[in-house]
Amino acid sequence: MENLNFIFQEIYKILFLLIPVLVSVAMIVWLDRRVWAFVQKRQGPNVVGPFGLLQSLADALKYIFKEMIIPASSNKIIFILAPIITMTLALIAWAVIPFNEDQVLANINVGILYIFAVSSLGVYGIIMGGWASNSKYPFLGAIRSAAQMVSYEVSIGIIIINVLLCVGSLNLNDIVIAQKNMWFIIPLFPMFVIFFISALAETNRPPFDLPEAEAELVAGYQTEYSGMMYAMFWLGEYANILLMCALGSILFLGGWLSPIDLYPFNLIPGVFWLIFKILFLFILFALVKAIVPRYRYDQLMRLGWKIFLPFSLTYVVFTASYLFYFNLLPSI
Amino acid sequence: MIAHAIFFYIFSIIAIISAIMVTASKNTVHSVFFLILDFISISCLFIMIGAEFLGMIMLIVYVGAVAVLFLFVVMMLNVAQQKNQWFLSKSSSNHIPFGLIISAVIFIELIIVVGGWKYKPELLTTVNPYIDEISNTHSLGQILYTDYIHIFQISGMILLIAMIGAIVLTFRKREGVKTQSYLKQISRERSEGVKLLEVPSNKGVKIDD
Repeated sequence: MENLNFIFQEIYKILFLLIPVLVSVAMIVWLDRRVWAFVQKRQGPNVVGPFGLLQSLADALKYIFKEMIIPASSNKIIFILAPIITMTLALIAWAVIPFNEDQVLANINVGILYIFAVSSLGVYGIIMGGWASNSKYPFLGAIRSAAQMVSYEVSIGIIIINVLLCVGSLNLNDIVIAQKNMWFIIPLFPMFVIFFISALAETNRPPFDLPEAEAELVAGYQTEYSGMMYAMFWLGEYANILLMCALGSILFLGGWLSPIDLYPFNLIPGVFWLIFKILFLFILFALVKAIVPRYRYDQLMRLGWKIFLPFSLTYVVFTASYLFYFNLLPSI
Repeated sequence: MIAHAIFFYIFSIIAIISAIMVTASKNTVHSVFFLILDFISISCLFIMIGAEFLGMIMLIVYVGAVAVLFLFVVMMLNVAQQKNQWFLSKSSSNHIPFGLIISAVIFIELIIVVGGWKYKPELLTTVNPYIDEISNTHSLGQILYTDYIHIFQISGMILLIAMIGAIVLTFRKREGVKTQSYLKQISRERSEGVKLLEVPSNKGVKIDD
């Protein structure tokens, strides 16, 4: 009986995390389109509900009632598995994100490695979708995307090492607490810029949206998908973008800490600060989408391997020697 | 404790079945996917014995990087067709004895290692790095970077040499390939790019020479 109670409690906690994440994914799509329209002097979605807030809901309903078409020559099991894997992986990574000092679903020792591992697994949803479609454009899109994600993961990993050197722990809560006096964006500002650009590439956002470059590849790996399965890809993609924003705000912007540690700001719960920071990063993401033109594929690879990787590696050496020389290395 | 056992058996059954399916499935891409499933369930087993750092590194390195390259090669090279042809031909049976010998050697090695560890623990003294106060990652780092630093560095060196070898093998300078030089593009001036010419009537000018 006690075990059953425990299980119900855990399920309740998981739902309490997952439902807000899913709702905010729907809202964030609306925000993305509104910001995009704002930059281009258009109206954007403004018909369904107040300010068009319910547009994503209407879109989701449309996807649910559309027919799911499975191509005859596709590999059916893998074709159906691919969107499921993408969405599941995008959602399970949220388990370790701390929303306040004690508000975290799973406070594990290797939280940052867990997020990194889950986001590196995200490649498989795309490769499987592209390969199982058994069609040229999806396959090309999947191959492009896999190469892109693997390359930019390397630089993200090295940027994370930079932060971990200053913290001395892999726990996400410890990373936030280590920024109590100074957010890591100040000493590690170049790393924050590189992290932001790598996160754009990692989540296949413009200007690095080559996997779904509509001018060349129709819709990349999603070409053959329709209905609910397409919606799942799309949900997973935006959940991943939100996750990257959350990771950026935890690593560099002090997570749930308030920007000023003074009386009126202390009263606001940490959750709101984290949400503000995530929204701030997401609006930057959306602005980049509206402003910057798409990169060519070789330029993308050059940026990842020849500029970001050497620079962040040099910065690791610099950070480590600085911390060692001034005796600032964190103790265990 | 019961839940622990149940999860252990679930993960190990998945690991064994997917390991069998790696060799048994006809489609090579499917066997790579089964290999990935195998890696994932083994990393779950690592996490279950408390080696959380190793489990996560297993996921990042093997599943996130190595298996992606596997998939690339298998998808691009059309191995599936070649494999089926190779199995139909006579020459495949010549390799069976070698395979048997190698698998027997691996089996004997496993028996020696597991048997020695299980029945004669005093033969090989192992250090238990898992201390409750400090986390897994810290204890691993403390051992790797102090007692075994030379072995650690040498293994890094070997990997570097292997990488350089692979680059040397595949690197070739191709003739007649136009590459973009960013410096040249940025440092271009108007004076070298544009030339204004007076065109004499009825004669014309030659531009491209």
